[in-house]
Amino acid sequence: MTTVHERVDTFHDNDQKPVGYGRMLRKEDPRFLRGRGRYVDDVQLPGMLHLAILRSPVAHARIVSIDTSAAEASPGVRAVVTGAALAQQNLAWMPTLSNDVQAVLATDKVRFQGQEVAFVVAEDRYAARDALELIEVEYDVLDPVIDARRALEPDAPLIRDDLDGKTNNHCFDWETGDEAATEAVFARADVVVSQDLVYPRVHPAPMETCGAVADYDAVDGKLRLWSTTQAPHAHRTLYAIVAGLPEHKIQVIAPDIGGGFGNKVPIYPGYVCAIVASIVTGKPVKWMEDRSENLISTGFARDYIMRGEIAATRDGRILGIRTNVLADHGAFNGTAAPVKYPAGFFGVFTGSYDIEAAYCKMTAVYTNKAPGGVAYACSFRITEAVYLVERIVDCLADELGMDPAELRLKNFIQPEQFPYTTKTGWVYDSGNYEPTMRLAMEMAGYDELRREQVEKRARGELMGIGIAFFTEAVGAGPRKDMDILGLGMADGCELRVHPTGKAVVRLSVQSQGQGHETTFAQIVAEEIGIPPADIEVLHGDTDNTPFGLGTYGSRSTPVSGAAAALVARKVRDKARIIASGMLEVSVADLEWEKGTFRVAGDPGRSVTIQDIALRAHGAGDLPEGIEGGLEAQICYNPSNLTYPHGAYICVVDVDPGTAQVKVRRFIAVDDCGTRINPMIIEGQVHGGLTDGVGMALMEMIAFDEDGNCLGASLMDYLIPTSLEVPDWETGFTVTPSPHHPIGAKGVGESATVGSPPAIVNAVIDALKPFGVRHADMPLTPSRVWDAMRGQARPPI
Amino acid sequence: MQVPAPFEYERATSVDHAISLLERLGGTARLIAGGHSLLPMMKLRLANFDYLIDINDLHAELGYVETGPDEVRIGALTRHRELLESPVLAAAFPIFADAERVIADPVVRNRGTLGGSLCQADPSEDLSAVCTTLDARCVIRGPGGAERVVSMEEFHVGPYETAVADDEILVEIRVPVRPGCGSAYAKVERRAGDWAVVSAGAAVWLDGGAIVDARVGLAAVGPNTTGIPEISAALRGQEPSEGLYEQAGAIAARSCDPVTDQRGSAEYKRHLAAELTRRTLRRAVERARS
Amino acid sequence: MQVTMTVNDVEVTREIEARLLLVHFLRDVLGLTGTHWGCDTSNCGTCVVWMDGEPVKSCTVLAAMAGGHQVRTVEGLAKGAELDPIQQGFMQCHGLQCGFCTPGMMMTARALLDRNPDPSETEIREAISGQICRCTGYATIVRSVRWAAVAEAQAAAQVTETTESTEAGEIDNAGQPAEAVA
Repeated sequence: MTTVHERVDTFHDNDQKPVGYGRMLRKEDPRFLRGRGRYVDDVQLPGMLHLAILRSPVAHARIVSIDTSAAEASPGVRAVVTGAALAQQNLAWMPTLSNDVQAVLATDKVRFQGQEVAFVVAEDRYAARDALELIEVEYDVLDPVIDARRALEPDAPLIRDDLDGKTNNHCFDWETGDEAATEAVFARADVVVSQDLVYPRVHPAPMETCGAVADYDAVDGKLRLWSTTQAPHAHRTLYAIVAGLPEHKIQVIAPDIGGGFGNKVPIYPGYVCAIVASIVTGKPVKWMEDRSENLISTGFARDYIMRGEIAATRDGRILGIRTNVLADHGAFNGTAAPVKYPAGFFGVFTGSYDIEAAYCKMTAVYTNKAPGGVAYACSFRITEAVYLVERIVDCLADELGMDPAELRLKNFIQPEQFPYTTKTGWVYDSGNYEPTMRLAMEMAGYDELRREQVEKRARGELMGIGIAFFTEAVGAGPRKDMDILGLGMADGCELRVHPTGKAVVRLSVQSQGQGHETTFAQIVAEEIGIPPADIEVLHGDTDNTPFGLGTYGSRSTPVSGAAAALVARKVRDKARIIASGMLEVSVADLEWEKGTFRVAGDPGRSVTIQDIALRAHGAGDLPEGIEGGLEAQICYNPSNLTYPHGAYICVVDVDPGTAQVKVRRFIAVDDCGTRINPMIIEGQVHGGLTDGVGMALMEMIAFDEDGNCLGASLMDYLIPTSLEVPDWETGFTVTPSPHHPIGAKGVGESATVGSPPAIVNAVIDALKPFGVRHADMPLTPSRVWDAMRGQARPPI
Repeated sequence: MQVPAPFEYERATSVDHAISLLERLGGTARLIAGGHSLLPMMKLRLANFDYLIDINDLHAELGYVETGPDEVRIGALTRHRELLESPVLAAAFPIFADAERVIADPVVRNRGTLGGSLCQADPSEDLSAVCTTLDARCVIRGPGGAERVVSMEEFHVGPYETAVADDEILVEIRVPVRPGCGSAYAKVERRAGDWAVVSAGAAVWLDGGAIVDARVGLAAVGPNTTGIPEISAALRGQEPSEGLYEQAGAIAARSCDPVTDQRGSAEYKRHLAAELTRRTLRRAVERARS
Repeated sequence: MQVTMTVNDVEVTREIEARLLLVHFLRDVLGLTGTHWGCDTSNCGTCVVWMDGEPVKSCTVLAAMAGGHQVRTVEGLAKGAELDPIQQGFMQCHGLQCGFCTPGMMMTARALLDRNPDPSETEIREAISGQICRCTGYATIVRSVRWAAVAEAQAAAQVTETTESTEAGEIDNAGQPAEAVA
């Protein structure tokens, strides 16, 4: 295994490179820079109507009556539809991504504040909104279940009385690891530390909210749906199942998407309502949710109440990790995760450490809160897992009086142990942790920072240094283990080289800003030697791209990236045969040099890929058995996940008087294997680090005891601005994935996963003079002040 | 996206024109200046009006910072950015720039106005605390050009409620000028652009080494933004000292009435009232001395 | 009611509802969809356009209030085929990912450079602090604005000092200002 490590990317190694990997400016940028991006709300169709949704003002209530007469009479209104009307068409309920069901429009009860109750279709968006005010709903308000800890109490109100035989709010139980073996190592450990941790409910809140334009043509029976989706193909199949439309008559188009972060993985009632509305009215119908709707009703993330326990020897050898989790899944289990993984990939909570035993027991419950449980850039619950392990490792360091960096270095899985099977059964493909950690420490000037901290503490100043080291698991499947509602997690790719040597590559994954049009052109360019500028990347339209499961869980590069490389190799193999005919030599006598086949020993004789493309489509003869054209298609089924890792160091200053936290520095060293476009990778890391600052310091979807959402606008749900984040310091190491065709691993979520514990660890480190061992996120000034006075409280 | 309910739009061409429109339309009308508090409330349909009267064209008439021997006069339509960048205010009352740097964000500050902020009368609003600290007077004009001048205490009737009647306009703020003044403002917020967890303004007037007068105004710690007369009484005639700031902070903490919410616990806010009172007084004295 | 305003140097007159928000006037009436919206409370800044040269949040301005004023949107930033240096900077320094906040960010950044041709990192961060980007983490946006500042300084230096060598900033072999990306 080779690990290369460098402090920074050489910034200009790139644009000069005509073909292949390296920093390259983004091909998609010009349209965005000119305001010519095309997002869902930019779609304007002739005769288009607008849809607005009436939502429940209360968290739990029986619907007594709905009077839509005044709304129907409102100017410009074309239709008003309730759950009762949908029920007649058997469309009032739909499956969720986790094999539960969710109401499209409530029929019997509302189960969370913001739940969809009725919709209006009108001639413009203002008229639609006005009519919502005129719908009268009588609710019989019921006691809500807001605190997950209350959900399983015998007297807790029953939320899911729609499910046959359901008598409590239990959602599922899940466990992993070896309970007895873990108990044994805990029994013989010198030191056991346990800590209660809450990872509060947060929201992806992409800048573009969710929405759709549905256009059903009754004559040819075709439904076209522009929608904010990260998984257009999976959505198409689900619409076919839900709406009973033939799948070949559904075209899902994900145009430019204004950020996803997991929020645009699930199917929301609004999409279904727009489809129904278009069928009912015979017109195109647009639905765009407003920001409050986005925050109160669409997929949240986290909401895990955890107890972490860690067992170790006195000299700092970690023996075991054990955790107990109470998971709040809201009113419907809409978690976006592979079906066999109800807790996502939380099982990687053993982190980057070589330990003897581990065990997790999880109970998930229903509450009267919004459904979901989406990524928010967490690669299926790994954010929670990494937070748990990296926080309790710090608690252990505190207990042992050891430096947290030293404790981590002492327990890392060693390079020769890879592939490494964890005590919960995950097979880490490759890793070389120590160089990554050492590089981060060197970049940070770790020892100097510790000296500075000692001096500052003597003066009464509060400075903290926090470390997190993570191992991620990204790139779901393989399909035998991972599926979404029976759809195996694999991805297709098609490559067609045109006669003039220009190419088009069609992907099954969908960009929400990750730069697929550039990165995938580079992957193909590296393999077949056609410049990226000559390769058009198409994605996000189910009629024009091969089937695949979409972009989330950092799976584009690990899965679709592999598909793109392999399909290009397939084309290259065919090109080699054609070249052998053109040069009249055997294929074995040809040498490939990016973009050109040369005759071995006679380098003057060669043909370029462009020459070959012309021949493949031209009038001349092709070798025996070779069809014309130069194109290929594959479906890539990954053999394993890829496991990127990283070392993050955060430096904070805390104002002793006001308890305000300032992130002074943040050093992030990431190892995502082979790096295709360092500029884009760095951008992905920066964004994730900012998410981490948000979660660690300010973001939380809070509720009052009645279930009113207290984070229903961007005035109340705080997202970091340019003033809360430092100028990120990034570095990298390269440990390729052994099973990925180009050695690449995913990186989109690494920073979101790794940064929250680094920041929290830094704040707790700053508060050490007050004897603080833990305080839960979000570390707002008020909550930090509580911690300073020994009164840290969980946020829920 | 949320949109307001229907209304009629009128554009005022002069202050008197605006008042005549208000006279005619009464409580069904509302003036709109920057609109950054009003329009979001109307979009959420928490507020509905039949008429909006746009007074932005009156900026030439009501957008100014003028200095006189006894007072600085600030037009009610002066925008936040103009307050932030005013050399007159920077010299006389740096508390304005301290506050303006942390009010909303630069783009909002391009539109929002002094008068709009005061008339919103949000208990967390910063310029109300600044004006209270400086013992400013509010000039309110009504039908027939009649003007009345009220103190900030009189101006703030209650949360979101002011002394300005349906047919009146706040036209000017007058800040008294006294020698030896230093002033400062501090705000704790959860994130840039957020409303205050707690804000405090302080002004001191020194003569020789002693404090002739001092005022402290707090925001977000009670139903109204008010000055704290007990602090003024405790500081008058004293030499500035850390002990004195400590004493003032203790008075601030016990004089306010914060509530626990998402921004913080009541206890924390009380602590901040003390902490920020100490900090702003210290800074105000430094400025008065320099 | 009728409203007349100048948008990207073109005078437009339309019949509108008084309550129509400027952002909807631009997007839905004029079809200028480069200006986006992301919240309802003037917190996100994706809707920033210029009114009389000043950045404003167009979700919180009535179209009626813009009557008689000069409005400029992202579509009016480039001069024909030539991108504004701010646009070039965003491309060179990867100042955008999903592109949704980008038009608003660039309008604010352009206005900043018009007032302050050589802003510090802190000044840039303050200028864009009312605008949320969920993708970039802001650092590359700051670099993008610095890139444009340096590029404009160099262009100005080349115009005024054709014979002297300039120290305003080094241009590397790729023809790009080096300082902004260092």
